[in-house]
Order: sequence, then structure tokens, then C-alpha cells
Amino acid sequence: MLFFRRKPALISGEGAPVEARSVWRNARLRLYRNKAAMGSLIVLGLIIVLAILGPSFSPHEYDAVYWDRIQMGPDFANQHWFGTDGNGRDLFVRTLYGARVSMAVGLLATFVSMVIGVVYGATAGFFGGRVDNLMMRFVDVLYTLPFMFFVIMLMVVFGRNIFLIFVALGAVEWLTMARIVRGQTLAIKRREFIEAAHAIGVSNLTIIFRHIIPNVLGPVIVYATLTIPQVILIESFLSFLGLGVQEPLTSWGVLISEGANVMEVAPWMLLFPAAFLATTLFCFNFIGDGLRDALDPKDR
Amino acid sequence: MTRYILKRLLGAIPLMLIVIAVAFFMMRIAPGGPFDSERALPPEIEQNIKAAYDLDKPLVQQFGIYLWKVVHGDFGPSIKIRDFSVAELIASGAPASIQLGLSAILLALMIGVTLGTLSALRQNTAADYAVMGVAMTGIVIPNFVMAPLLSLVVGVYWELLPTSGWGSGELKYKVLPIIALSLPQIAYISRLTRGSMLEVLNSNFVRTARAKGLRDHLVVIRHALKAGLLPVVSYLGPATAAVTTGSVVIETIFAVPGIGTYFIKAALNRDYPLVMGVVIVYGALIISLNLLVDVLYGLLDPKLRSNR
Repeated sequence: MLFFRRKPALISGEGAPVEARSVWRNARLRLYRNKAAMGSLIVLGLIIVLAILGPSFSPHEYDAVYWDRIQMGPDFANQHWFGTDGNGRDLFVRTLYGARVSMAVGLLATFVSMVIGVVYGATAGFFGGRVDNLMMRFVDVLYTLPFMFFVIMLMVVFGRNIFLIFVALGAVEWLTMARIVRGQTLAIKRREFIEAAHAIGVSNLTIIFRHIIPNVLGPVIVYATLTIPQVILIESFLSFLGLGVQEPLTSWGVLISEGANVMEVAPWMLLFPAAFLATTLFCFNFIGDGLRDALDPKDR
Repeated sequence: MTRYILKRLLGAIPLMLIVIAVAFFMMRIAPGGPFDSERALPPEIEQNIKAAYDLDKPLVQQFGIYLWKVVHGDFGPSIKIRDFSVAELIASGAPASIQLGLSAILLALMIGVTLGTLSALRQNTAADYAVMGVAMTGIVIPNFVMAPLLSLVVGVYWELLPTSGWGSGELKYKVLPIIALSLPQIAYISRLTRGSMLEVLNSNFVRTARAKGLRDHLVVIRHALKAGLLPVVSYLGPATAAVTTGSVVIETIFAVPGIGTYFIKAALNRDYPLVMGVVIVYGALIISLNLLVDVLYGLLDPKLRSNR
């Protein structure tokens, strides 16, 4: 086995040596060939770079108020590239600050949900039997609860707090992740390398973290990529309702909500943040789909 | 099967209790009480008010009283909308909300299943790409963006339909909210249908049906759709949840006098009893529809039918 892997040229029967490829390398190559996913990756990268560096190119601060330039359309003379909002603040800088908040919420909440979901699902799948039954029944119960409304209530009761948004969204989104990881764990826990680890006396905890979790990462990454846009959407939804981040800080949902109120006279206030939000969600969805095709080629 | 349904029905009761308990205690741990904003009252009067709302009793007993009242349809008075009880407000908003939600789900099912099936039958053609492209757009443009855009274009620029309000419930007021509410669901359902139909169309029993010379549309309608729609049926539970949360936004944008509008106003005004009442009603709705979907799924899927 090892012999073949080192000298694949011998079996391929041709002159040129054929390189051995790992599963991950294969997946990467498949991803590179997916135009929609690669294009999305580039666009998303641009948006992130713009969100980080963009505000420093503009002479305006995100909370600076210009009383003489209220609700103006895009105006290059004063370097208001996206115009100004109803309080005379620069919309370009505010949109990019919104991008920072939305992205941060998306990434952090997804990370929270990933950690909870992976550990929970792997534990349930690994121990199986009654433990598994109990743990997954709990997930089933949580699934049927109207979580969105609890999140809204949470926001109402405890006031708007960006930290709370991370936790609340992370706590809502881990359920599906746990189900996916449990299924994967069930599939691999009977494999020889896990048995071997048991045989040489590795502890259960180590087996879960060292052997099981790294082997279920494929689907986890795919699902996490698809969770990010969902979380961004929920955060925007909360902000749109006036329950998200607090002024003068902003997010895309807040900007869209402000824009929707005045769209008949100032359409740019709706269109710029909406375009950013939609583009970002598009990109994450395409990347997620591309990753799924790359990591799980059975559908092709 | 009857045993399964009974089991699920019993299982829904603790779920409902959880919903009510979470709503109740979340409100109680909130800093501040409902009467804080008013000027300081003499202690005796404050005591009387507290007694009237049962606030002087231990928390567990309060929960018991609340539960008892909720079971009898009494959600308490609204704090901000004077002279109305929460139950009255919910009852007055329910018809509009139910009409919107139900029509949106039915519309989404009809259009989504049709589009998804068509694009599965013409996989990798221009029609397929067009449908999937539109579906992706429907997913990434959230309804709180889509709704204002719709009302701007159709209502303001073209002046075809009223942009907001409910009138006395005429159809023209309902068209835009229903469309806005169902678009994301159309997108999800058509993607879901396409995926599962692709799998089913390649399966052996469909090949058999084709091989025995059945006409194409009969193969699809009689054989493939039955199996291909299973994921759609199981999506109906989450779809209900999505439509109810979506209707909160849509009702606000189109100024529909439904439950969702009250919910937002109550949430922003911290009208806790009203918020709780709406959460409990929506919770009951989502839980019972999930139950219905599970039972339906059990009836449709022969694999589940046998071992339950």
C-alpha cells in the first residue's frame, strides 16, 4: 500500500510520475474549477477588504453629522460616494461599518453554533444508545420551539446588546449542526482506526476530539458556510425591526430599515445597503454550494 | 399509526408548557416592572394594583395563575393599548394574519413545486438555470428588502395596487403582502423539489415505470412526485415558522392590521403581556403545524408507516 503511494508512476504505466492526492487536495481542485464559487470568493474578499480599509479612504466619520447635507444623493464633490442619510451622515462609511457589524455577527455566531453543535453531535453519536436518544430528543424538542420569537423577546427584555445577539443566534443555529455531526459520527465510529484507538487505550474524550471531529469536518465546513448568510439575515431582520445594534453604530438591517422608510424620495438609502447585503448573501450561498459539491462529489 | 399520533399529541403538551414558561419567566427577569414609568403612588394603592395583577404572590404561584388563565384564553390586559385585553387584540388581528399566512404557503407550494419539478425535468438547460437563478435571488433578497421594493414599483411607480392598508379586506390590498411573504418560500420549495426530484427521477422505480411504456407526464405525476414531495412535506413545518416570522415584517411594511403588527409595536413599547400573548399563540401554531406535518409524513412515507 505504502509502496504504491510513494511510486504511483509504476502503476499508472506511463512515463510521467502521477502525484498522489489527498481528499482535501482533490476537493480544493474541484472547488477551483467551480466558477460561481471562485467568483463569489473574490467578490466576498473584496467586500471584506473594503469593510476593513474602505472607511479610512473616506474623509468622513461614521457618526459625523453634516447639517447642511441631509439626505443628499451620491455627491462626489463632498466625497459622499453613496450620498448621506436622514441625519446628514455619510452613507458610504456607514454601509461599510454596517458590513463590519454584519460580518462580525455572522462569523462569530456561526463559530459559536459550530462549537456547540460539533461537540454536542459528536458526543451523542459517539456514545450512542440511551445517551444519544436523550440528547437528540432534546434537540428535537428545541427544533419545534419558535426560536425567532424568543430571540425577539430576549432583545426586548434585555435591551439591544451586540454581545447578546452573538449568543442568541449561536444558540439558535447549532441544532442542525448537531444533527449533521451526529449522523457523520455514527457512520465513522465503527471504522477500524477508531477501533484501533480504543484498543491501544485512548480515552473516549481524546478519541472524540482527536479522531472523530477532524473526520467530520467536511460537512461541518459546508454547513457553517451556509449558516453565515442565515445569521447575517437574522441579524438584519432584528435590526430592521429596531431590535438590533444601537445608534450610532449601524448594521445593514438598520440601514435598510431607514432606507425603506424614505425610498420614494431617497432610493439610494435603500439600494446601497440592500445591494451589499444581497451580494454578500449570494456569495456565501454560492461558496457553500461549491464547497458541498467539492467535498461531497456523489451528486455529480 | 393511531398510537403514534396520540404519542405526538401528548408530546405537544410539555412543549407548549415550555413555550409558556419561557415567555413568562423571561418577562419576569426583565429589569423593571410594567408600572415603573408612572409617577410614584402611595404604598397602599401600589399594593392594591399589585394585588389586582397578582404581583404580590410568590413567582411560582403567579405562574400557576397565569397558566390557568392562558388555558382559558385570558392573556391579561394590554399595558399600552388601554381598555383592551391581549386576547381581544389577538382575536382582532388573527383573521388578517391567518389569511395572509395561509395564502402565502399555498401559493408557495403551488408555484414552488411546479417550478422545481420543471427544472428537474429539464436539468442543466437554460430553463433550469433561469429557475434556479431566480430561486437563489429569492433566497438572498430578504423580504424586508423585497417588500418595500415591490410596493415602490407596483404601488408607487405603476400605481396598480394600493401600497399599504387593508381596507375592508378587499383582494387588491392582499396581493402585494401575499406575494412578498411567499417569494422566499417559493424559492426554497423550488430548490428543495428540484433536488429531490432529480434523485427520484434517477431511481429504479421511475425507470421501471418508463420501461413499461407509461407516458412521461404520468410517470412524473403518478410515480415520481409522490416520492419527490416528501422533503417538501417535511419542510412545511419550518416553512410555517418562517412565514409567521416573515409576516411580522410584512404586516408592518404593508400596514396590515394583523397579529404581527401588534407584536412589533408591543415589542418596541415593552408591552410585555401582549408580546407574551403573541409568542404563545405563534408557538402553539408552529407546534401544532409541526405535529400535523409529522403525521402527514408518516402517512405518506411507507418506510415510516411499517415500523411505527
